[in-house]
Amino acid sequence: MHTRYATMRSVLTVQASKLPEEHPMQGKGSHYMAVAIQIRNLTRRFNDLVAVDNISFDIDHGEIFGLLGPNGAGKTTTLSMLSTMLKPTSGSATINGIDIEQDEDGVRKSIGIVFQDQSLDEELTAWENMDFHGRLYRIPADIRKQRITELLNLVELEDRKNDIVKTFSGGMRRRLEIARGLLHHPSVLFLDEPTLGLDPQTRNHLWQYIATLAKEKGITIILTTHYMDEADRLCNRIAIIDHGKIIALDTPKNLKDGIGGDVVTIKSPDPAAIVAVLTEPWITRTEKHKDEVNISLQNAEQHISAIVTLLTTHQVSIESIAIHKPTLEDVFLSFTGKTIREEEADHKTNMRMYQRRVRH
Amino acid sequence: MDIIYTIWLRNMKRYIRSKSRIIGSISMPLFFLLFLGFGLNSVVQLPGLGGNYIVFLIPGMVAMSVLFTSVFSGIQIIWDKQFGFLKETLVAPVSRLEIMLGQTLGGATTAVLQGFMILVLSVFIGLHILSLTGFLLAFMFMALIGISFTAFGIAIASRMEDMTGFQLIMNFVVFPIFGLSGALFPISSLPAWVGPVTLLDPLTYGVEGIRYGLTGVSQVNPLACFAVIGSFALVMTVLGAFLFRKIKF
Ligand SMILES: Nc1ncnc2c1ncn2[C@@H]1O[C@H](COP(=O)(O)OP(=O)(O)OP(=O)(O)O)[C@@H](O)[C@H]1O
Ligand SMILES: [Mg+2]
Repeated sequence: MHTRYATMRSVLTVQASKLPEEHPMQGKGSHYMAVAIQIRNLTRRFNDLVAVDNISFDIDHGEIFGLLGPNGAGKTTTLSMLSTMLKPTSGSATINGIDIEQDEDGVRKSIGIVFQDQSLDEELTAWENMDFHGRLYRIPADIRKQRITELLNLVELEDRKNDIVKTFSGGMRRRLEIARGLLHHPSVLFLDEPTLGLDPQTRNHLWQYIATLAKEKGITIILTTHYMDEADRLCNRIAIIDHGKIIALDTPKNLKDGIGGDVVTIKSPDPAAIVAVLTEPWITRTEKHKDEVNISLQNAEQHISAIVTLLTTHQVSIESIAIHKPTLEDVFLSFTGKTIREEEADHKTNMRMYQRRVRH
Repeated sequence: MDIIYTIWLRNMKRYIRSKSRIIGSISMPLFFLLFLGFGLNSVVQLPGLGGNYIVFLIPGMVAMSVLFTSVFSGIQIIWDKQFGFLKETLVAPVSRLEIMLGQTLGGATTAVLQGFMILVLSVFIGLHILSLTGFLLAFMFMALIGISFTAFGIAIASRMEDMTGFQLIMNFVVFPIFGLSGALFPISSLPAWVGPVTLLDPLTYGVEGIRYGLTGVSQVNPLACFAVIGSFALVMTVLGAFLFRKIKF
């Protein structure tokens, strides 16, 4: 006890005495260390299509960062560039200070990735898939063995470790892929739609793992998802991406607060009339969307009767009226003018369906 | 080295598990051997080549087995692409060359094992192993054929997105290579204008090399066989590695 204190103090003294002359930029330097991923003007074109359009942001160490957007928004393309699988058309990015174009292997060593589409060897067992990965990342045999057991336990696949992956359910495969992505102790983990197609129960389960992992191992996580509620619960910060551009970036709370209070959705045959009528000062925002109008206001419960009265006196008929706390869905709608479902209907991403079909 | 071993090991595990593929790919050469061999044995005269058609045919069938297994092993990369597993391998901090070499050695090993099975079965229908040296020589030629055509398969697979072009490659490249190789008949018995064409076929040298090892007679000098098939293996490996490096995720 005594010696440890002494050592610590001496270290501190040495650092303190060295600091002024050798680290004039200490403040800046330590900030730099806190940044896990730095993205600057990153752009990727496919012929005429700009899949990722000049995006820039930083992600801190230990952060769970969500990339939210409809099909074809450019999420996978962004992750592909960050994980060195795809060359940017222009712009740059660093992972732990390592440039993704200058030092591919350096980046690859420090990242783990769970691809959007399945990437297991179905003919091998769960253990063999893990073992293959461990060997590829040159983890020594004894550590490899120990970590595989540990991780298979974590994702509750230990009892199935000697079964061929072909016999696994979708959820089990996904859990195995996540365990595999963690095997080489990456400091940054990319999760591309890790819960897509899983039932709600399995999804909850998986997110619990992920949240625990981020906390316990201090891993930086960047994930993409279609499930707004998941992103809301899990992510420290969220970037909404649409047509390759970042259209909003903040904490889920700030994003929702930006909506301006509760959301009242009024369905009517004449939505334009509603927008014209509702001009009261306590209404922070009015937005027409198809046959309904979303209005934002504080303490909606107290104003609901006033709204109904106003509309009735102006003889605007109401089909239905609903109040809810703002969700990321509302945020998405307010930024893009569309709900995420509509965006998806618009965008014909046959690609993924095609890939699914090939697999069977 | 450890990465090459890792890829090789995966190939071995998959191979051992694919019972139907093992049986499937020895059945064809075995079928040829039994029906062509016994059917034509009394009809065909082979002056200067031992005179026994079955014994002549055995090296050809061994080579056939190695050829087809290795092409298939190389082509397997396409399935890895489609099943997404290739991404897992390519995103790891390892060189493409190591991955490609591991795949080549894995494919060649399975191919040689398949050929070896034909060899063992052949002992029951009249093959006498002449000497250990001869046997090892045959083995070496099998390995060279295996390496050549696994690398060839990898080269093809690196350029293809799916299996649609595969039948074309089989019909217009692999079958002609097999047919012209002198696996089924002595190249000296061919019409004068076909002879030179068979000498352009790299597999001819592999088949003749195996034949020399197993039966002690061949129509091409075994040293020439080694030089040609050895160089071909090298060229294919370089080509395969080059094209494999260019695969996009
Ligand atoms: N290899 C490619 N060649 C041509 N276009 C591509 C390629 N990869 C992606 N794209 C296009 O780039 C755009 C962005 O695709 P991306 O896969 O990044 O979207 P995403 O946000 O991941 O969508 P999803 O939610 O469907 O996974 C899409 O319009 C897609 O068609
Ligand atoms: Mg995607």
